[in-house]
Amino acid sequence: MIPTNAPALAPLIFLFAALIIPLAAFKVRRLAWVLAIAAAAAAAAVSVWNIFRVLESGTFHYRFGGWPPPLGIEYVLDPLSAFITAVINLTALVVLVHSHLTVAAELPERKHVPYYALVMLMMSGFNGIVLTGDFFNLYVFLEIASLALYGLIAVGDRKSPVAAFRYLVIGMVGGGFYLLGVGFLYINSGSLNMADLKAILPAVGAGPEIIVALCFMVLGFGIKMALFPLHGWLPDAYTYAPTATSSLMAPIGTKIGAYGLLRVLFFVFGVNFVTRTVPLAQVVSWLAAAGILYGSIMAMAQDELKRMLAFSSIAQVGYIGLGIGLANSLGLLGAVLHVLNHGLMKACLFLVAGNFRLRLGHSRIRALDSGARRRMPWTSAAFTLAALSMIGLPPTVGFFSKWYLALGTIRNRSWVFLAVILASSLLNAVYFFRVIERLYLRPALRDNEGREAEGRTEAAPSMLLPTLVLAASLIVIGLLNAVIVNGLLVRFLPPGLEIVFP
Amino acid sequence: MSAPAAPSLLPLLAVLVSLAAVPLILLSSRSPRLRETWTLAAAAAKFGLVLALLPGALRGRIAVFDLFEIVPGVRLELRADPLGVLFALVASGLWILTSLYSIGYTRGLNEHKQTRYFAFFAVCLSATVGIAFAANLVTFILFYEILTIATYPLVIHKETPEAVSAGRKYLAFTLSAGVLLIAAAAWSFLLVGDLDFKPGGIFSGAALAGKTAVPLFLLFLGGVGVKSAVMPLHSWLPTAMVAPTPVSALLHAVAVVKAGVFGLVRVVAFVFGPDLLRRFHLDTVLIVFAVTTILVGSLLALRQDNLKRRLAYSTVSHLSYIILGTALLSGPALIGALLHLAFHATMKITLFFCAGAIYVRLHRENVSELNGIGKAMPWTMAAFTLGSLGLCGVPPLNGFLSKWFLGSAAVGTGRPLLAGVLILSGLLNAAYLLPIVQRSFFRRGSGLEGRREASPWMVVPLVLTAVLTLVLGLFPGTFHRLAGRVAAGIFGG
Repeated sequence: MIPTNAPALAPLIFLFAALIIPLAAFKVRRLAWVLAIAAAAAAAAVSVWNIFRVLESGTFHYRFGGWPPPLGIEYVLDPLSAFITAVINLTALVVLVHSHLTVAAELPERKHVPYYALVMLMMSGFNGIVLTGDFFNLYVFLEIASLALYGLIAVGDRKSPVAAFRYLVIGMVGGGFYLLGVGFLYINSGSLNMADLKAILPAVGAGPEIIVALCFMVLGFGIKMALFPLHGWLPDAYTYAPTATSSLMAPIGTKIGAYGLLRVLFFVFGVNFVTRTVPLAQVVSWLAAAGILYGSIMAMAQDELKRMLAFSSIAQVGYIGLGIGLANSLGLLGAVLHVLNHGLMKACLFLVAGNFRLRLGHSRIRALDSGARRRMPWTSAAFTLAALSMIGLPPTVGFFSKWYLALGTIRNRSWVFLAVILASSLLNAVYFFRVIERLYLRPALRDNEGREAEGRTEAAPSMLLPTLVLAASLIVIGLLNAVIVNGLLVRFLPPGLEIVFP
Repeated sequence: MSAPAAPSLLPLLAVLVSLAAVPLILLSSRSPRLRETWTLAAAAAKFGLVLALLPGALRGRIAVFDLFEIVPGVRLELRADPLGVLFALVASGLWILTSLYSIGYTRGLNEHKQTRYFAFFAVCLSATVGIAFAANLVTFILFYEILTIATYPLVIHKETPEAVSAGRKYLAFTLSAGVLLIAAAAWSFLLVGDLDFKPGGIFSGAALAGKTAVPLFLLFLGGVGVKSAVMPLHSWLPTAMVAPTPVSALLHAVAVVKAGVFGLVRVVAFVFGPDLLRRFHLDTVLIVFAVTTILVGSLLALRQDNLKRRLAYSTVSHLSYIILGTALLSGPALIGALLHLAFHATMKITLFFCAGAIYVRLHRENVSELNGIGKAMPWTMAAFTLGSLGLCGVPPLNGFLSKWFLGSAAVGTGRPLLAGVLILSGLLNAAYLLPIVQRSFFRRGSGLEGRREASPWMVVPLVLTAVLTLVLGLFPGTFHRLAGRVAAGIFGG
């Protein structure tokens, strides 16, 4: 029974966890975290297992309630959705392990149970968005995830309600645009199913309603993925949200928008439509390139580590957007691989920021010095490795993202974009070495009696371990990238963009 | 001519042995003697492993170790071909002497953070041998970038504001070069779908148009030109002299800069191939850069009072000898270039060792302060004299040989003017090096009462490298045969 229901399993596990946690943890609050970990572990196991099933026997279709597709809701487990769900569920598992102490430190105790319930709800939404084959169902999950996320942001520090409100407004507008787009499509085609629409659209033609629908949907996903200049909600939300929220949102949240964009552009409308009929892919690539430069330059000017990472995320989402916008196989491979790579890097970096906050009481760049590094040598080492990966040095994952994206730009003869990618890696070097220099070279502050603060106060094992696991994965996944790309990712490429490596 | 390949673990072990020493060095941070033992053991083992590869390379049996696919279509692969063995031999051999010297230097100055110093030194050597044995462009880039990053902690070792800003400059130059190299490799991959170095060029079979070949070559040149200090990309090198002297000696006169030049030889002879370069006159471009660098580098060296900076500009100039020899695109010229790659290393490392010994013993860094030190430090200054004469090209030292090959090849390829450039540069070498010798022996100094040689840890290595310049000048056989094999593989006969 389980095998046939596998596509629906991951979102349902999270959904049930979201319902069970408030009930079960009513008496014993500590149970909330345990249940959340259990759910995330189960979902991660299911999604990794799904990858192997997809590799073995191709795409799975699951009909909810047994209703056949155009009418009923269909879940599709193909190589792309299997990969993305595995990435987000594994990342969520690692971050949730880390979250135990930061949530305990940052939130009042009565909020712990609802907090974990909301995390589960958000993850359920994200999984649903990735797995559904139905545009309206996608909207439902988009709203579930967003509403949960508003709550998760708003429980942060003093400024977080404002950030959450801002995200609420902008996010609602994004969701609204998407829904309007879906409405236009439905009126003109009579279908909400992605596969069905793909078959119908060529017959419908490129009427103005269809073009408007496409533009609205791209706009909606653009806001969700913080594509420049629709990123306004992101910096405050990442900065003021609790550590656990920002380390879940940064590696996972924006990627969901990117995934939606990828689905709509290449799996429903098709390469020809989005590059020739309506050159939206080109628009996306130019916006992404602008976002890469903007995010990197803004990141240099930040004093708060989390805020620097937030702007860096805008730039990194730009990489993904650029890969999508290039609309060739190499660019798409780069974009999808970067979903994984950036997820790992950014999760690691946000966990480092969380460790600093908990142990040093702050994560302000200007206040970091070699004293902080001596107190937290492993956390600092993890930061350095993740920073080198962000710069794109081999054999870390960052290098390989850069490699595929560079191949994609050269394939299109887009020299400007190639220059942007290369320049961005130097800009990354500037703002990450700014932190590394402080951590390793700036003499430690001395207290009034002229002594340095003594002793190691490295983060607790439950925080350090996830950080180090992510840091180590940057090298392991980097070296294994050919296995992932050749084994799995080349299979997701949409029709018209297949690739065979020599 | 493609040589038979033999699967062998040796290239991998040669790369990894110094990397394996890193955790041991880190774990023995509290016991300096143990830490130094690990470094010396790793250095000796590395040299032994490279030596074990030498007979095969000389006989034309190339040891290959194939690891796994690193990106689709390209494998992580090590290949100890004659060119790689030549470079690895120089780097690993001189590492032993540098390690001995480092021990004397760090003890003499009571340096801080010696664990970090020795650990990153070992990483650098792993990366260098990795560069030497890289079988394709992606593997090359992997080690090239590791070398960039692993050198940074050594450049900023002193942690003074000056050192930190030198480190920034170093990173700005080398990381920019790295991204250009990545772009060039990616472009090449899309053009021919194969990045394995081949004698005669990856592109030899592909009909590249000029509008592809020229910008692609310039990208490559930007990528390897920074580490090989081609003007105007050289300015990081004199700045990086703020690093401890053993770092300047091995990395900024041998490993890092020669990795750049080595990369250039790979690009010219194993990626583009002579025919393609001639067709688009890219060899002339390279010659113009090299000649400019040789002459301007020498002239700038004349103006430096700081001894290490003077040596750095001298390095800039001598690296372009190798580039010039490569750009001439003939067998004898390439042999001259590769001999100079090896021989310049022994000469320049001697001079840097001497500069470090003087600094440790007398705390003097400027040429104008060196009057009369020959009497206090006779062995050091004798070695300095030998190294200087070698760089000027005086027979029978090894510098004469490589220059002779380069000069005669310049005449042989119909460019006698370039031989004139080499002679002029030889005179400039004499003009900026010999006055130091003259000052130290024939002028009266002050404040030298009771000053003696530096510790034997430092004097023995520098005397050995000086003797090496003489020995290699008299018996250049092995290097000549290796270089001859490389040249034969590319130019035939």
